[in-house]
Parts: sequence; structure tokens; C-alpha cells
Amino acid sequence: MTTPARGAYRAPRTGLHRPGRGILLTSGLAIVLAAVLLPFYWLVIASTHSTDEIFDSTPPLLPGGDLGKNLSSLQETASFGQVVLNSLLIAVIYTVCAGAVCTLAGYAFTKYRFKGRDALFGMLMLGLVIPTQVTLVPLFKMMAELHWLNTYQAVIMPNLALPFGIFLMRQSMAALPDELLDSGRMDGCGELRLFLRVVLPPMRPALAALGIFLFLYQWNDFIWPLIVLRDDASLTIPVALASLQGVDDTDYGAILTGTAVAAIPMIIVFLALQRHFVSGLLAGAVKE
Amino acid sequence: MSVVTSPTRTVRSAGVRDSRPPRLSARRLAPYAFVLPAVLLFAAFKLYPIGWSFVLSLHKTVAGVDTFVGADNYVRLLDDPLFWTALKNTAVILVVQVPIMLALATGLAVAFNSAFLRARSVFRLGFFMPMVTGLVAYGVVFSVLLNEKYGLVNWLLSLVGIGEVPWLTDPLWAKISLGLALTWHYTGYNAVILLARLQTIPKELYDAASVDGAGAWQSFRHVTLPGLRPAILLATVLSTIGTLQIFDEPYILTRGGPDNATLTIGVYLYQNAFTYFDFGYASAIAYVLAVLIGVLGLIQFRVLGDKS
Repeated sequence: MTTPARGAYRAPRTGLHRPGRGILLTSGLAIVLAAVLLPFYWLVIASTHSTDEIFDSTPPLLPGGDLGKNLSSLQETASFGQVVLNSLLIAVIYTVCAGAVCTLAGYAFTKYRFKGRDALFGMLMLGLVIPTQVTLVPLFKMMAELHWLNTYQAVIMPNLALPFGIFLMRQSMAALPDELLDSGRMDGCGELRLFLRVVLPPMRPALAALGIFLFLYQWNDFIWPLIVLRDDASLTIPVALASLQGVDDTDYGAILTGTAVAAIPMIIVFLALQRHFVSGLLAGAVKE
Repeated sequence: MSVVTSPTRTVRSAGVRDSRPPRLSARRLAPYAFVLPAVLLFAAFKLYPIGWSFVLSLHKTVAGVDTFVGADNYVRLLDDPLFWTALKNTAVILVVQVPIMLALATGLAVAFNSAFLRARSVFRLGFFMPMVTGLVAYGVVFSVLLNEKYGLVNWLLSLVGIGEVPWLTDPLWAKISLGLALTWHYTGYNAVILLARLQTIPKELYDAASVDGAGAWQSFRHVTLPGLRPAILLATVLSTIGTLQIFDEPYILTRGGPDNATLTIGVYLYQNAFTYFDFGYASAIAYVLAVLIGVLGLIQFRVLGDKS
């Protein structure tokens, strides 16, 4: 081994020995990443062009001036303001409620011993392997009988007890030291106050991860809202976009603007909170 | 639990026999109260529909009226060429796209983990970004990017002298496009799962391998891959479940076409339920799907799971 000391120290991780590999690897991966991110760039560009320009023989690669026109066309054909409001309200209400349900359950499953605990947990985890499609038809009938079609609760209620959310919180709660709970009880904390005052504050990063996950899940969910939302005024963004795409004379400038409106805020939120999100999700993924 | 070992509690509970010791019972009841919302919601919106779905699968819906037909729907499935097409299409995605994607994800994870890589966090984030984009959003974007006459992809290809590729209009190319879209969306996510596991492989194992004279490829085969096994299992099972249920991408990209080339079980089920309103038949498809997922999951655990 004639590699210099620094190289020898670095080498074992990958087995790559020669210097210069770093530049090669980094630039190679950068090219791949550029290709992966190209659709995002193009989406932003396309949302500022008219349909005719988008389908020009030379596709636009620089921003145009039709963003405002696209937005007003969206507003006219799909009452997009209402649609964005629907998506936002549904996602926020869902995140808060599902967050509470999953956190409470995850906490109880990790930090208490009680009869039937493992059976109940196992039952909830069944939801991870049972395909959504099995429940679609009966749930649709149920919503119709409850007269809940075209309402927020039809979208929100069925997925509140999200198995993955419960699983994630159970994994994260395991890291909480039992001593903390014991000393809280010694101080005379009731069980609910213990949860609110002692358990939740140190769990903030995990809660952030759960929050982003739930918000993204609901914001992007398609098949279930597609089934229970039929009124134009009740649609969420993905359903509205899909319905716009179906028509013969599709205004792609408008659709792509709507798509950008759906995608860009999520990317910003994700980039702002990514530290919590990725590490939180991984806490769920690796500990088995 | 260790209730008996605490003398004060025993005394107190003996003293106030009728009014139960408040804290102890609160502590006993609390977990039930905490899991109650989850369990009730799950029972109402998951378990109950699952049972109902099975009942529906034994019925035939004609003009909104359900009549019991026994296993007819399941028998009909066996004879339904479209169902077999959907099954075959889904299987092709599973057998071709999933392994390619997981191999790419493994490569990415190893690259992320390499000491030679600069700006590591930029890459990790960048490759994860597609996952943040909703299925409909990226479906719409891809359907325009891959447009045969005016799409950006064919325009870029024309610059290097490649003629128009019928991405979404030719049965074979439509399958390839669907695979590309799926790979674009999920590879980064799988890479991050694999990376987390990769970071737990002790450095000493690599040191030992290089002392034994192992090259890069050998240490990858004999140290990295075995170490990654649990994460590969997890990624495989998750991808299998996801693939078998796949609906959004083919629905948005191609509506199952052309010529049913991208008709998946998920799309076929949706068509039967919400285009033809044949709820019984759709429920039978759903049950077959659930059984398939269960069986494949078990097989994967057997094959990839820890053998020791």
C-alpha cells in the first residue's frame, strides 16, 4: 500500500483509492442530479408560458410572461382559489388531528404495558399491508350513506389512524427515557398532563417529521379524494388538475401552473424542515 | 407490573378500598384512553370496510341492487382477459422496474456514503426531492415532457439526432415511460433508507476486508451487500406493496393505455368500481390483490430475511 496516509484513512469506506476519484464521482453524480431535477426547472418555466408556447417546435427554456394569464384561466375554469383553500384546510386539519391520534397511540404503545397491547398494535399494523383498494368501495358507500360526499370530513376521517404514523411515533417514543416519566409522576403529574408537559416537548423533532409526512400525504393524496369529491367547488388540487387534464381542449399552460402551485410550496417546506424530516423518517426505517 | 413492590401504594389502596386509588387506576386506564381514538377510527374505517368488501365480492350489482352470487365474481376473474393483462403489466413492473430501481438506489446510497463525495447533503436532498412531489403533479409534468411531437425530451433527443420516440403512444414505450416515472420518483427515497443502514456497517469490517486483500468490488459484495440485507428487504417489501397497488401514475400518464399496455390491477379495479359501478367485481379484484400482496410479502421475508 503506497497510498499516502490521508488516502489510507479514507479508503476503507469505499475501497476507492486513487485521488481524483472524488471529482469524478461528484461531477458524475451532479450530471445525474441535474437530469433528475430538470422536470422541476421545466415546470417552473412552463408555468410562465401559454399552451402554444409550451408546445412550440422549440420548447421554452427561459421564463415567459404568461403566469398571470395562466392563473386567471385556472381561476375561471376550475375556481382554483377555492380548490387551493380546500387543499390547504383539509391538509392542515388532517395533520393536526391525525398527528394527535398517531402520537397518543404511539406513546401508549411504547411507554405503557397493558393487556391487549401487542394484539391491538398488530391489528393496526395490518393496515400497512392491506391494500387501500380493498376498502375503497365500501368506504365510498359508507360516505354516501352518511351524506358526506363532497365534504372535508369524507376526505379526512378515514385515514386519521394512519398505521405508518403510529409506527413512526412508536419508534421515536422509544428513545424517550423512562426516568423522565417516572420523575414527572413523582411530581404529581396526571397521565394526560404528563403526556402534554413532559413527553411532547422533547419529541418536537419527531413531531415535525410526522407533521411533514402527514401534510405531504394528505396534500398529494389522489385516489380517495377523487372518489369522494365530485363537486367542482369541493375538489383538492390533485383532483382538480386531473379533471382539467381529461378535457379535450386541455390548457396545459394553466394545468402546469396549477401543478407548480401544488409542488413548489411543498418543496420549500421540505427544504426548510428537511433535517427533521429525513432523520425522523429514518428513525422509523432502520430500528427494527 | 411492579405494583406490589411499592408498599405505600398497597397501604393506600387498602385504606381507601371503596374509592379506588385514583392515580393507580388513572395509570392503568390511560393507555386505553390514548389508543382508543386510533383503534375506534381504524375499526370503523378500515376493519369494517375490509369485512364489508368481502361480502360485496360475493354479490353482483345490477342496477344498484345486490344479489348474492357466491364465488361467481372470482370465477369470472379467471376468465377475464383484461384482468390477466392487468396482472401481467403489474408483474412486469414488479420484475423489471423494482430491481433496476433498487440497484440504482444501492449505487446512490454507496455514493452518498463515499468519503470522496463533495457536497453530500446537497445530493441527498436533491435526489429525495421527487418524493416530495405528488403523484398527480409529476404525472402531469411527465405526460407533457414525454409528449411525442412537442415534448422537451424528444426535442433534446432530436439535438443528438434521435428521432421522435412514441413515449406514451406505443405500448412498449408506454411501459418504459411508466417505469422511468416510477424510478424518478422513488429511487432517492429508497437510497435514503439504504444509506441509513449503510452507515451502521462497522468501519472495521471494511478495514478487515482490505487487510485480506479485497478490492472495491469484493468488499462491496462481501461486506456492503450482506450488511444492507435488512434494508434491502424493507425496500423490496415496501416497493412490492406499492407496485401491486399502483394507480396514480398509469391513471395520469396514460389512463391505462395505449391498448391496455399500462393497465394495472389498481387501474382496472378503479374502472370496474367507479366507471362501471360493478362494486362486487371490483371487491373481488381487491381481495385477490390483498392475497397476492400477502403471499409475495411472505415469500420475500423467507428469501431475503435473516436465515440464521
